[in-house]
Amino acid sequence: MAQHQVNYASSAGLPIALTSVDKLVNWGRSNSLWPLTYGLACCAIEMMASGASRYDFDRMGTIFRASPRQADVMILAGTLSKKHSEFARRLYDQMTEPKWVISMGSCANTGGMFNTYATVQGVDRIIPVDIYLPGCAPRPETLQYAMMMLQKKIRKESADMKKNTKQDLTTQTGKRARLI
Amino acid sequence: MRKYVPKDNVQAKSYYTDRFWVAPRVPRSTVEDTHFLAVVEAVGTQANETYVELGQLVIHINPKNNFEVMKTLKEKCGYTQCSEQSAVDYLAQDNEFELFWQLLNINEAKRIRVICRLANGLAIESIEPLYKSANFAEREMFDMFGIKVNNHPFLKRILMPDDWEGNPLLKTYPLQGDEFASWYEVDKIFGKEYRDIIGPENRDPAKIDTEDTKRFSRVGYEVPFGADISEGETKTAIEYSETFLVDYNKNSSKQLDERR
Repeated sequence: MAQHQVNYASSAGLPIALTSVDKLVNWGRSNSLWPLTYGLACCAIEMMASGASRYDFDRMGTIFRASPRQADVMILAGTLSKKHSEFARRLYDQMTEPKWVISMGSCANTGGMFNTYATVQGVDRIIPVDIYLPGCAPRPETLQYAMMMLQKKIRKESADMKKNTKQDLTTQTGKRARLI
Repeated sequence: MRKYVPKDNVQAKSYYTDRFWVAPRVPRSTVEDTHFLAVVEAVGTQANETYVELGQLVIHINPKNNFEVMKTLKEKCGYTQCSEQSAVDYLAQDNEFELFWQLLNINEAKRIRVICRLANGLAIESIEPLYKSANFAEREMFDMFGIKVNNHPFLKRILMPDDWEGNPLLKTYPLQGDEFASWYEVDKIFGKEYRDIIGPENRDPAKIDTEDTKRFSRVGYEVPFGADISEGETKTAIEYSETFLVDYNKNSSKQLDERR
């Protein structure tokens, strides 16, 4: 927000602050990021600790919501199995725009140590990811840092969501497609 | 440190094979326990072979008799719990599965393993009417091995998705999945036309290059970063700091005369 010296006495007690629409909207978006209550594996334990009193996500305006309709952020916390991938994608589709995704932990990032037939090798195969959070499992401080990085990213975005390009996937054939 | 053995191409082939190595076997003994003798007598001629292994009675039966044997064991011998049931893939060796049931008698604190050999393609009778735990165990066996179970109330995959192809615990099933498995989530969510957009899975091949001196170094065989060791590396003795090591024979140390 623009910093201005406001003389409250001379302007009839009316505080004035000048800003742009983008900054105002992004200020609102970034300071009330509501993640979806959605845990997949052991990373979810760390995610729960982040939300609980010791690490206290609430002080950052981050409150876990139990419905994807009310959530802005999807934290994919843990191993995504192929059986479950369809439902993770469905939850992502049910979230309203604007929405962001944090891939939490090695398993969500790359499949991690589960180099097997039953694990999705990186959730970005099915869902566009904004922040990749390394660690096995990442500590709550790290998740808070990821959330702060996401806030930083949102503040740089345009208020008009159509102008924001989500993750582009470049293929071996050179074709580019947007994973909507 | 152990003697250095060259481990060239260790992922592809075993570097050490002993022609005279025999797989260790759990010792088997004859049935002497009075309770187990009563069990063997109750099962009667349906048992092909009986012995005791690690304190557990093992009974080999024909796959056709599994329900009757299990009924005898439950109603006459007090084996009221079926703690585990599954199969072992011996298809390459014998074209057969080995099915086993692990039973528990809580009053006697005794366990029994019932084993049968089932030819590939044949079905087994469900023991779900006797043991409710067999419901999920038989579904898992069907899911993982493709062994059909007759008269099961709800025979359906339990771990893998319903539209999955292949049985993952078969020894012929690749660990990292066949083609169906590798494209499963893409096909299911986006459709097959998205395959070339999303691309194949990027998997860690876990290959170890023994001549790679940029990422690996062996203790006692350290070489400079990026050095060529295709001709072999020389052993460098490990030097220990004297100040770091504790000299327990030092005269200055004092033994306490009595416990404080």
